[in-house]
Amino acid sequence: MALRIDYSHSLRPFDAHVELTVAAGETLALVGPSGAGKTTTLRVVAGLLRPDRGMVAVDGETWLDTSAGLERPAEQRRVGYLFQEYALFPHLDVAANVAFGAPRGASIDELLERFRIGALARARVRELSGGERQRVALARALARRPATLLLDEPLSALDAHTKTTVRGELHELLRELGLPTIVVTHDFEDAAALADRVGVIVGGRIVQQGPAAGLVAEPGDAFVASLTGASLLPGVARAAPDGLTEVVLDGGGSAWSTDAATGRVGVAIHAWEVALARETPDDSSLNHFRGAITSVVPLGNRARVRVGDLVAEISSASLDRLALEEGDVVVASFKATAARLVPLA
Amino acid sequence: MALAFLVLPVVAIFARVPPGELLSALGTEAAKDALVVTVKTNLVSMALILAFGTPAAYWIATREPRLRDVVVTLVELPLVLPPAVAGIGLLAAFGRLGLLGGTMDALGIDIAFTQTAVVLAVTFVASPFYVRTAVAAFEAVDPALPAAARTLGAGPGRVFFRVALPLAAGGLGAGAALAFARGIGEFGATIMFAGSLEGRTQTLSLAIYEQFDLDFDVALAISALLVIVSGTVLLSVKLLTRWRSGSTTPIPFAPSTRTSS
Repeated sequence: MALRIDYSHSLRPFDAHVELTVAAGETLALVGPSGAGKTTTLRVVAGLLRPDRGMVAVDGETWLDTSAGLERPAEQRRVGYLFQEYALFPHLDVAANVAFGAPRGASIDELLERFRIGALARARVRELSGGERQRVALARALARRPATLLLDEPLSALDAHTKTTVRGELHELLRELGLPTIVVTHDFEDAAALADRVGVIVGGRIVQQGPAAGLVAEPGDAFVASLTGASLLPGVARAAPDGLTEVVLDGGGSAWSTDAATGRVGVAIHAWEVALARETPDDSSLNHFRGAITSVVPLGNRARVRVGDLVAEISSASLDRLALEEGDVVVASFKATAARLVPLA
Repeated sequence: MALAFLVLPVVAIFARVPPGELLSALGTEAAKDALVVTVKTNLVSMALILAFGTPAAYWIATREPRLRDVVVTLVELPLVLPPAVAGIGLLAAFGRLGLLGGTMDALGIDIAFTQTAVVLAVTFVASPFYVRTAVAAFEAVDPALPAAARTLGAGPGRVFFRVALPLAAGGLGAGAALAFARGIGEFGATIMFAGSLEGRTQTLSLAIYEQFDLDFDVALAISALLVIVSGTVLLSVKLLTRWRSGSTTPIPFAPSTRTSS
């Protein structure tokens, strides 16, 4: 039971070409900037948008094949579509919303209980909290007994406080269901938490896909690097002795990397790879940048400290020990082996 | 000052004659006949407007923006047409010497100066009020909702009856009330196309005009009745609009043109 998609569609200002296979039980996250073609892909699968050319097949059933003139209407495709903002019917109560797409004789009560909305069965949609709405929308989508799940920004309508809990529950649910699932999100952290595989879509094309950890370790381009949260130092690369690459940075100075590259590149470096010290340390790091701290953001037991274009993530304990504050001049260091070089346009 | 100017004529209608006399004036044969003709023709008109106007408005609202704008403009045309022109137009189309006159003559249908003519005139003049508001009401329905219904297995019919219609109901009600108010007050097109024959084609508005010469009190009494009907319609439009904006998106009398997104 897999979902196969291959379509082209003209979207202003670019053409989308997307080819994907999502295996049974697999969750693929489509991540990218708004207008990149993420939601378009979901709409093509659901039959809400007919692409200029393409095919969609689920579980061996062809839902769309423009070359054969075959197109199943949306209402005959078994999709569980979770809309952005959920699109619950405001004129129906919770039970009627969930029952809307259910086949005759389906037990709605069971679904309501499963999603902990049994007590809300007679409630109107506008009386619900964000988390409750999301559960109603999921229950409604699953009542149809879908062959594939399409989730459009399932977490963006939630406040930060609810989000982490809901994300955990959703991940658990996706694993239980075992359906081929596509999650659309603009948040890499959500994608990493929910999906087995992440596809980065930019300008209608999937520019890189793989496990979230793989994208973090080996970003294919500057966009993927910054999406995964890396700092990016632009410059010009040239070969240096000992198999190293020297990048003459636009902002002054040089950075060294063990990646091979020439021409315009970005040095991508993750915050947890950057160490801070008062004086230049005598260690194995090749890259040292002296600068003033421009911001310190505490995050629980850690803190994100910005020094020039670099962000360092250090423990709160280290922050206290070094007594770092905004305006202090420090040395940010990272190893040449941690510096990824990505091509820049 | 401005407010007084607007309210004074309405108050004057009730001030001229005591309520008791107003009621007895309504009891005259001419007034009763006109009331029957008005109720009968307007009920038929409203039924026609709702039955054909609602699906038409839904069809228009779900077209692509450019086509929608063109069709809405065509629908709005009778709205800005002088009533006399509407009457002439109806005669030129359906009258004995009109465009379809020959065909209708051959079929043995003669509608000029009949209640059918009144119904046609009222429908022609009042339906744009309904269709226009109904298009806006359907457009105001969040497009994600019909889309969600489709992904939940609902075909076009079910999407219309279970999602679009209930969500647009408030706006449709408001549009129907406006069309009804316009239909009750119809004068120009009716008098030209259907005439003013007491008991046959003379509606309340036409009766006011005739009684104006014969018995001013009866004219006043009918006017008072129409003021009450109009006031009730206005109030119900306001209430429907408020109820609707409480339940869904509030765009009751917004122009039906919408920027595409």
